Amino acid sequence: MAGLVTDTLAAADRPEPAGAAGPPSARSLAERLSRVRWWRVLMLAVVAIYLLGPLLSALWFTVYNARLHRFSLAPYGQLFGASGFLTSVRMTFFLALSTIALEFVLLVPAMVAIRLRLPRLRGVVESIAMVPLVVSPVALTAGVSTVLGWGLNDQGSWMFRLDADLQNQSFPLILPLVYAILVLPFAFRALDAALRAVDLKTLVEAARGLGASWPVVLWRVLLPNLRAGLLSGAVLTLALVFGEYTIASILGFVPFAVWIVQDGQGSGQLPIAVSLLSLLLSWAVLFLVSFLGGRRAAAVTDRSA
Amino acid sequence: MPAAGLELSALRRSYGAVHALDGLDLALAPGELVALLGPSGCGKTTALRIVAGFERPDAGQVRLDGADITPVSAAKRDMGMVFQSYSLFPHLTAAENVAFGLRLRKTAAPQRKARAEELLELVGIAGHGARYPHQLSGGQQQRVALARALAIRPKVLLLDEPLSALDAKVRLQLRDEIRRVQLDLGITTLFVTHDQEEALSMADRVAVMRSGQLEQCAAPAQLYDRPATAFVAEFVGTMNRLRGTMIDLDVVEVAGRRLPVDGERPVPGTKVEVLLRPEAIELEAIEPDSAADRAGADPAVGTVRTATFLGAITRVAVTLEDGTEVKADLPSHRASEFPAGGRARLTPAPRPVLVVAP
Repeated sequence: MAGLVTDTLAAADRPEPAGAAGPPSARSLAERLSRVRWWRVLMLAVVAIYLLGPLLSALWFTVYNARLHRFSLAPYGQLFGASGFLTSVRMTFFLALSTIALEFVLLVPAMVAIRLRLPRLRGVVESIAMVPLVVSPVALTAGVSTVLGWGLNDQGSWMFRLDADLQNQSFPLILPLVYAILVLPFAFRALDAALRAVDLKTLVEAARGLGASWPVVLWRVLLPNLRAGLLSGAVLTLALVFGEYTIASILGFVPFAVWIVQDGQGSGQLPIAVSLLSLLLSWAVLFLVSFLGGRRAAAVTDRSA
Repeated sequence: MPAAGLELSALRRSYGAVHALDGLDLALAPGELVALLGPSGCGKTTALRIVAGFERPDAGQVRLDGADITPVSAAKRDMGMVFQSYSLFPHLTAAENVAFGLRLRKTAAPQRKARAEELLELVGIAGHGARYPHQLSGGQQQRVALARALAIRPKVLLLDEPLSALDAKVRLQLRDEIRRVQLDLGITTLFVTHDQEEALSMADRVAVMRSGQLEQCAAPAQLYDRPATAFVAEFVGTMNRLRGTMIDLDVVEVAGRRLPVDGERPVPGTKVEVLLRPEAIELEAIEPDSAADRAGADPAVGTVRTATFLGAITRVAVTLEDGTEVKADLPSHRASEFPAGGRARLTPAPRPVLVVAP
């Protein structure tokens, strides 16, 4: 059967080359410079100064002691030694991870089911998912506080124990539950876009026809193909959780954003070092997530080459 | 794996007020390739999806080797399916796609790899196993999809218009290859298509559907030459309608010729329309204003409108005096006898014909 396809047939059934153009021709430096759009460079410079100027100034302020005329990383040393700093960072990190997990465990099967079986419900679900955008975190927290108070007067009851577990100071389970609602609009959008980009019905039916159970379809077929949307949703969730102050503060927990306000506001260079570090921490986590996602995508491309 | 027999009996499926299937009966012998052919909305894809297990019928049964599989889920039917749209898993290579079903069946990695290579070779794309779907052409993707469907050694192969998204040349190649692979493996195959050429060229039998019901299921030649109903006659191939009169219970007079009637027979004296294939009509050129032309009353004489070159044959369109347009096929070397505007007389070939009410 190897000879089923003749050369002529194979030639007709060949994909178009990805890029027909040859290697770029060598250009002189002058030629390249002449092609540069200077107004673009100018705009880029203005934006860079606007964004990086304050950060670099802050960095300079925290590492340069003007009185002694020397550089020092002492403020950062004080920061790492500050009471509650590492605890709050660790708590925030685990809050973010658990929020992401909760978000996707709830959202992915629901959205897949809606697209496959109940497409008419999509509009309703989208409307519900957008509600957190119009309900202020303060109002949401007021409601959560009321609910958490239900079990307080009945010590020993399951409600009391549940309340206690939800408000455990070392890891308040209530926060991922509330954050999952807060990030719903962003996670919904990201996942919806990813679902629209694949032929969900055909992929599911192809997998089912080959003998895959529903969990296998989700795990081995859908999740790998929704990676971009999941990654995007995870990044947005991370950003939100790392910066969330209102709800955690009102409910009396101390994740990183609350710690900055409560304990990171010493005198002199320390508050600035805290602000810089919080920014860098958020960026580092976001870059890490993007890098991991990007590297997997690149690995796929490399393997296929 | 020995080929399995498939039987669809009294299948019904409605979507609201629309009856997609209205009592469909169809049986496939082991190793047979049957094409489900019909216009859009006739229920052929619904029937295939019910066989695959993606939809449940409102009534009726699907039996595989005599066993009722109607309630069995799609994942447990052991059927291979190739879809109309490219259905390869984008995150897997061609070889991984082919091996997907085997992996689910916990086949050991070396056997999976060997089977994937064997099947990729079978469908003519050996050496493409490491490529991802986006690096393959449409035709190659459908070959991989075919290999993936065959990898699990399915009892039945289901093809849901697998060629319709491909360009004409690739479609022709793949059509032949699917048929060759099917014959090689002797696998029972149900093939849905709206392309009659595909159905007639590939299938052992063609099942023509209309409004959720089976009109006729027969070998391609029989379907073409001896259609059971007017719908089949007109749906499969090109058909002319000429006015005629029943002159006996099984004889109709059309274009000055008496022909035996197949199928439904109206009472003598009834005005009918006679169905004639283009190749069942002889054309004779006549001189304009000649005695033959001036006869005037001859209903079989008309004016040549167009002549369409189709390779070995040329299809000549003639408009009769009563306005009826008739298409007739003749060897292309005779086409010059029938210039546009010329006059021609047609003569039906002496074969049994179908008649319908005008």
